[in-house]
Amino acid sequence: MQTLVAYVENKAGVLNRVASLARRLAINIDSLTVGPTENEEIARMTIVAHTDEKGAHRLEASLEKLVDVLLAENISERSLLERDLALIKVSADQQSRPHLMELIKVFRARVIDVAPESLILEVSGTVDKIDGLLEVLRPFGVLEMARTGRIAMTRGSDLLRPPEAPPKIADTQPASAAQ
Amino acid sequence: MKLTGAEILCESLTKLGVRHIFGYPGGAILPVYDALGKSKLHHILVRHEQGATHMADGYARASGGVGVAMATSGPGATNMVTGIATAMLDSSPVVCITGQVSSKLLGSDAFQEIDITGITMPITKHNVVVSRAEDIARTVREAFVIANSGRPGPVLVDITKDAQQASCEFNWDASTPQLPPKRQRINYDQAEFERAVDLLNNAKRPLILAGHGIMVSGAMRVFDNFVHAGNLPVAMTLLGIGCFPANDPLNLGMMGMHGEAWVNHAIQEADLLIAVGMRFDDRVTGDLRTYAKEARKIHIEIDRSEINKNVKVDSALIGDAREVLEQLLPRLEHRERGDWLGHIRELKGDSAVRDIQGLPDNGHLYAAHVINDLWKETRGEAIVVTDVGQHQMWEAQYYHHNQPRTLVTSGGLGTMGFALPAAIGAKFAKPESDVWVVVGDGGFQMTMCELATIVQEKIKINIAIINNGFLGMVRQWQEFFYDKRYVATPLVAPDFAALANAFGIRGERITSRTEVIPTIRSARESSESVLIDFRVEQEDSVYPMVPAGGSLHEMIRRPDSPLVETATEP
Repeated sequence: MQTLVAYVENKAGVLNRVASLARRLAINIDSLTVGPTENEEIARMTIVAHTDEKGAHRLEASLEKLVDVLLAENISERSLLERDLALIKVSADQQSRPHLMELIKVFRARVIDVAPESLILEVSGTVDKIDGLLEVLRPFGVLEMARTGRIAMTRGSDLLRPPEAPPKIADTQPASAAQ
Repeated sequence: MKLTGAEILCESLTKLGVRHIFGYPGGAILPVYDALGKSKLHHILVRHEQGATHMADGYARASGGVGVAMATSGPGATNMVTGIATAMLDSSPVVCITGQVSSKLLGSDAFQEIDITGITMPITKHNVVVSRAEDIARTVREAFVIANSGRPGPVLVDITKDAQQASCEFNWDASTPQLPPKRQRINYDQAEFERAVDLLNNAKRPLILAGHGIMVSGAMRVFDNFVHAGNLPVAMTLLGIGCFPANDPLNLGMMGMHGEAWVNHAIQEADLLIAVGMRFDDRVTGDLRTYAKEARKIHIEIDRSEINKNVKVDSALIGDAREVLEQLLPRLEHRERGDWLGHIRELKGDSAVRDIQGLPDNGHLYAAHVINDLWKETRGEAIVVTDVGQHQMWEAQYYHHNQPRTLVTSGGLGTMGFALPAAIGAKFAKPESDVWVVVGDGGFQMTMCELATIVQEKIKINIAIINNGFLGMVRQWQEFFYDKRYVATPLVAPDFAALANAFGIRGERITSRTEVIPTIRSARESSESVLIDFRVEQEDSVYPMVPAGGSLHEMIRRPDSPLVETATEP
């Protein structure tokens, strides 16, 4: 599994280009999250892909060839933080509720909705942690789940900023002028 | 000054220096055609939109600039797909402009509406829908920049009909290209560069693999200096042909599936490969597990995604071929390489005896004869536009190009039907040049409708049909790998000479070797286009041949019976 971060133009069709590229390279995407950055014209993607280092290099280099991709970088080998967020609706009757609350505490999840027959939990953390919680919840009956997919950021001074200064572009000469 | 979007488009193209547009009108692009009529732009009416894209492609390849194709929405746009893909695979700068239904109808399955940007996303370098007249000038300028910068490629601009019809203030100076800022990467560090220098100066058996990128970056002069400074033998890719003169003793010829035997052996024996502007295509490498096992590799390439894609390299110098070679040149040391060059000469001598034995006229006409005679008659100075298949390989083997951009051929996609329209484009780019189409009877029938375009535009192109009554290359594979079961390869064709006449073009039919040169000569002397139907040996094959996926040094060689007589000097 490889983790890439990409900064892209925040406009229609860009997600399609990125996804289409991964499809063309026959790389299966495990999760892809996209959201705006502090600059609303630029969006940040975290792409987790089922591929090896070589595949990730191709994906990274090919992504940067797309006009709308400002930067793409494989951060799998870097020191980084990864977070996933899940909403889990789990069956909870009078009998199981106390036991559930214990588990919720251990996993530092939160109850965000209480209904007579179920609870909705919110949990964030690494993929492993959420998978772990899911495992222990299963016997109670997981009714529904929504996950965001991973977002990732490199630690400390290892900054991954979008490029800023727009380059000065001169017109390219067409055939007749190029002769 | 207020102009309509259509007028802005024509004005912008004019300001960008465009003179020719290859296209076909229709409902959703009509406002542009109305404006075209009032502009100084020369529109060439094609007979099929695929032809328009190939013409723009041929125009770009022959000139080094951007070619422009135009079509209406829906079927007009989808007909362009093959031509766009052809340009994409061969990194050719083509700008395609398509009409689109009005923006308020988008997504409603309106008449002749198709999502052409969706369709062409994987086969364009970039594409964009424009739905406001205000955005047309800037977008078109951006399209030209994208198409012809870095590794070139096709760009499609889809303009809605309402954007063409709407009026707005036209301000050229305010509509400068505004592309998203890109991260500036360090292409290679000093250590990488020093490693390349070290490899270069310590190699005993070096070989350069010269590709299309040399032409694209305009590196011909520095490449020539580089080759001679290092006394380095050069092997060419199909699309690299012309970037280094064929008559230079250091030019060994083409590599790969139908490359010269001595070239493929030299690759397998080399201790250093210097790949310049090429991408280790499977038709060039054969089986990767056995490819150039002895050799370290330096890869000079502008596209980072090509590095280590097929072949793992020891030093990657990412960047424009000309700039990288200029940096390397002062550090390159001259070596005599007597043993290595002598060894290649020996390999070559052996192959020459084997493959092109002198033979008096035995009454048969072979394609190689025709192409070799064409080379001699044109003194290697024509622009030859080939289609795809056996004739394409024979052209690469027997027509020796000394000038860049004189071979125009579809390499990566291998698009049959490319030659005739691409030659029309090349002729508009280089009106003073002698342009020859070399095409098979199969590929010619795919786009022969463009003969009418030649007549309507009153241009002079010579067409040599290498007619063997088969889809020859496929037949050859059936002969070698499918026990001669010729399924769907025997091909009935019309009388091409009579067909040419029907279009108003002079047609000739040649069946014997003695007629070849006089007919080529008379075609060249004629001021009008001439089509020559060369009825060649039906079941000849292209040799040598590396079977698909086979090792480069394990080639099928021409059987002992001598078939082809060729000369080595014009």
